[in-house]
Amino acid sequence: MNHDHDHDHDHDHQSDDKVHAYYQILGQALKELLIEKGVVTAAEIRSAMERRDSITPVNGAKVVARAWVDPEYRTRLLADANAAVAEFGIEMPTTHLVAVENSPEVHNVVVCTLCSCYPRDLLGLPPAWYKSKAYRSRVVHAPRAVLQEFGTDVPDSVEVRVHDSTADMRYLVIPMRPSGTENWDEDALRALVTRDTMIGVATVDALSSSKFPIPIAD
Amino acid sequence: MRAQRHEIGAPVTVRADYPIGHIRTPVYIRGCTGTVVRYLGEFGNPETLAYCLPTEPRALYKVRFNQADVWSDYQGSLRDTVELDLYEHWLEGGSNA
Repeated sequence: MNHDHDHDHDHDHQSDDKVHAYYQILGQALKELLIEKGVVTAAEIRSAMERRDSITPVNGAKVVARAWVDPEYRTRLLADANAAVAEFGIEMPTTHLVAVENSPEVHNVVVCTLCSCYPRDLLGLPPAWYKSKAYRSRVVHAPRAVLQEFGTDVPDSVEVRVHDSTADMRYLVIPMRPSGTENWDEDALRALVTRDTMIGVATVDALSSSKFPIPIAD
Repeated sequence: MRAQRHEIGAPVTVRADYPIGHIRTPVYIRGCTGTVVRYLGEFGNPETLAYCLPTEPRALYKVRFNQADVWSDYQGSLRDTVELDLYEHWLEGGSNA
């Protein structure tokens, strides 16, 4: 996006960008110092970033699909999510995971109003909108309007429950299993579970994955 | 491990205090009264950890608030809630008064 235009406008991505630039410089300075002092090597930092970048929401989808087909796993996941995801080899040594479940009575949605806390071991890196000031400030105050902008209408009879991850816990939403998938196997169900449904800004639709296939350029 | 100070289901009020520093209690929730829904364990106090100062474990609670109690202009269902993870020293217990 071009930010060089000179007219006034009412959104604040320019100040966001300034803040980002400041922290990029700070981060770079810290990285150079750590390397210079021999605390870490450039290769170790690169390797850690590569590992981070390789995590995708498939991790979370595996967990959700298992919870849908295995009631005992679901119980374990809701009681101790760190132990339950470790069954898939997903280790979260420094973060504490809590799984929250959507139901016909409750729709859960996750935000971090203070920064951008996110269950990265399960979902990978957060999308840009999750880190934006607009999402972070609006979803706690006007969650239904924000959900509608994502195409998600929650009836008034259903409680919208916002989880603001303000401390040491990270939140994973277990979306509702769509009707019509009773005979689907775990692999087929896994393919339905997307990042946004595990943040809680969308619901799982058994048809959606085929309705709008991603166009692939030749 | 110390005893859990607030029981599940107990009403708690977030301190309406505005100190300077690395505070993990969002300003929008200060002064609001909610209900403890989960005890999350003990964690180092981020207000001292952030400055590499000696810290002591603090009990962390998941607290549920009615949106209509948090925002006077809330546009949504009266059922709607927001939950935050709050350290014990930000919570005052006991009463809705």
